[in-house]
Amino acid sequence: MDVVSIFRDLFTDYTLRTVALGSALLGLVSGALGVFAVLRRQSLLGDAISHAALPGVALAFLLTGSKQPLVLALGAIVAGWLATVLVLQVTGNTRIKPDAALGIVLAVFFGFGLLLLTFIQRLPDAAKAGLDKFLFGQAATLLGRDLVTMAALGGFALALVLLFWKEFKLLTFDPDFGASLGYPTRWLEILLITLMVIAIVVGIQTVGVVLMSAMLVAPAAAARQWTEKLNVMVLLAGLFGASVGLAGALVSSIVPRLPTGPTVVVFMSVVVLFSLLFAPRRGLLARARQRRRQKWQFAQEALAVHLLQHEGQPNEAVESDVSHAGRHMQWTAAFASGVVSRAEDNDLLSRRHDQLALTDKGRALAREAMER
Amino acid sequence: MNDNKLAIEATDLTVAYQEKPVLWDVDLEAPEGVLMAVVGPNGAGKSTLMKTILGLVPAAAGQVRVYGKPYEQQRHLVGYVPQRGSVDWDFPTDALDVVTMGLYRRLGWMRRPGKAERAAALDALDQVGMADFADRQISQLSGGQQQRVFLARALVQDARIYLMDEPFAGVDATTERAIIGLLRELRRQGKTVLVVHHDLQTVPEYFDWVTLLNVRRIASGPVAEAFTEDNLRRAYGGRIAFLRENGQPPGAADHEPQLELSSAGALNQ
Repeated sequence: MDVVSIFRDLFTDYTLRTVALGSALLGLVSGALGVFAVLRRQSLLGDAISHAALPGVALAFLLTGSKQPLVLALGAIVAGWLATVLVLQVTGNTRIKPDAALGIVLAVFFGFGLLLLTFIQRLPDAAKAGLDKFLFGQAATLLGRDLVTMAALGGFALALVLLFWKEFKLLTFDPDFGASLGYPTRWLEILLITLMVIAIVVGIQTVGVVLMSAMLVAPAAAARQWTEKLNVMVLLAGLFGASVGLAGALVSSIVPRLPTGPTVVVFMSVVVLFSLLFAPRRGLLARARQRRRQKWQFAQEALAVHLLQHEGQPNEAVESDVSHAGRHMQWTAAFASGVVSRAEDNDLLSRRHDQLALTDKGRALAREAMER
Repeated sequence: MNDNKLAIEATDLTVAYQEKPVLWDVDLEAPEGVLMAVVGPNGAGKSTLMKTILGLVPAAAGQVRVYGKPYEQQRHLVGYVPQRGSVDWDFPTDALDVVTMGLYRRLGWMRRPGKAERAAALDALDQVGMADFADRQISQLSGGQQQRVFLARALVQDARIYLMDEPFAGVDATTERAIIGLLRELRRQGKTVLVVHHDLQTVPEYFDWVTLLNVRRIASGPVAEAFTEDNLRRAYGGRIAFLRENGQPPGAADHEPQLELSSAGALNQ
């Protein structure tokens, strides 16, 4: 299948359109909500919630015998919520630290979920099939009615984020100050976590409970690299999530028997890696470049200060000798000549044979550096 | 200044984390219009006292009244400057936006800050000498500048009482001058300010009232009365030495106390 025909099918093929819309939606919602999880340092909570959704889905099926998306989603929401409450209670009332509490709750819920799933597989009932797709996700199994549920839940979550935008921002940046203003920070926190639970539940059928937390954390981590504004970060994270969800889901539904979760996560990793390396200001390359620039800048300042301090002194001729100055700074000869030629280029000093003399500009820089 | 009018009246405040008491039966009375330093050794419960007054930390016992009424009814009269280190300054936002947060409550639910809020926030930034940094990303600010952003956020609240948690900690000289100027301006306007403070040497110069705290309240009152060698020794234990001139105790008359540390780092963090 070539690219052109995939695009044609996107508009004509019902299954492919459902998959595309569903996965873009899940990426958008989890990406946007994930920003708050990441900034509040609650990324692991997302992981616990999504793993905890599995027994919720299984129990909802066992109790009702229904595979209606809304029923299963409600089961997942209740279980995810319960896991959150449990984590917070364990952290608050025992000496167990948050990371351990998250690990315990995640493992217990997920283990219980696997147990239920195995039990359901053995049931002599035709309706049992299909629940195992919640493990790694299968975009190809998305139906129109799934889409309606996802759109309703996701739309609800996004609308509340917009409605409580400034409250959520304050809660994330400085909850103590928010409480001092009289905000019910506890309730706001519960609301925000509930929205995170919803965002996760929207995605688990497509991406699976095991890797869903990647869709919460990774788009936000990537988006943070490109902006210094919260609203842009949320938009970017939603955009990254949507496009990666779309790409991963399409590929996995076109290639037979390729689970969506792992595909999406591989694509997402590429986006994160690219952002970590190449983002203009926060990227690793940009930082390395800046550090190198600062090193040369600092060395030139140090040299200028050294020269200024010996100006007019009896030992000026000795001290302004290139090799002497370099030794004084404990520089290698190569580095010293690099510093001198850069300083010459910047019009900070002039050089006659091995003697260095500050220009007015160089003197001004040295004085400024000493003031600092 | 009306001495009969108490801006803050906390009685019998007791706070415990697990079983360990952090504040024990603390009374605090701040008359309207005073600039009060709250001093005490590390772990004395200074920050906890502020947070308890603000209802951020639940008290095991005691109550807080603001202008004679329970704090919950008077919250809008109290502005708060948390410790600078209590937030992550790598948060994606700029200085103006942080200051605007001081107006959120007055703005009400679901309403977005507009032109008026922007102008008020800019004005507050100007008062702390930070108008030129309004659009600066907050992680790009120096520690002192971040502290001034926090002060501006409290100023914009237009409160009658301010609680400040270590505004002088680790700031540059410019910021220190800016804060002192601000404190004096607030006093001139008749506001009441409580400041958790670390530097004992500057207490008599910057403040007119002082509370010495070490889990219990050791002393509280006008600096001249409460900031005595005896009280300081009781608050800090044996960890403080005094250089006395003319045999006068610190805080007496117009003589400023000169203190030195007998164990490094005990007083200045």
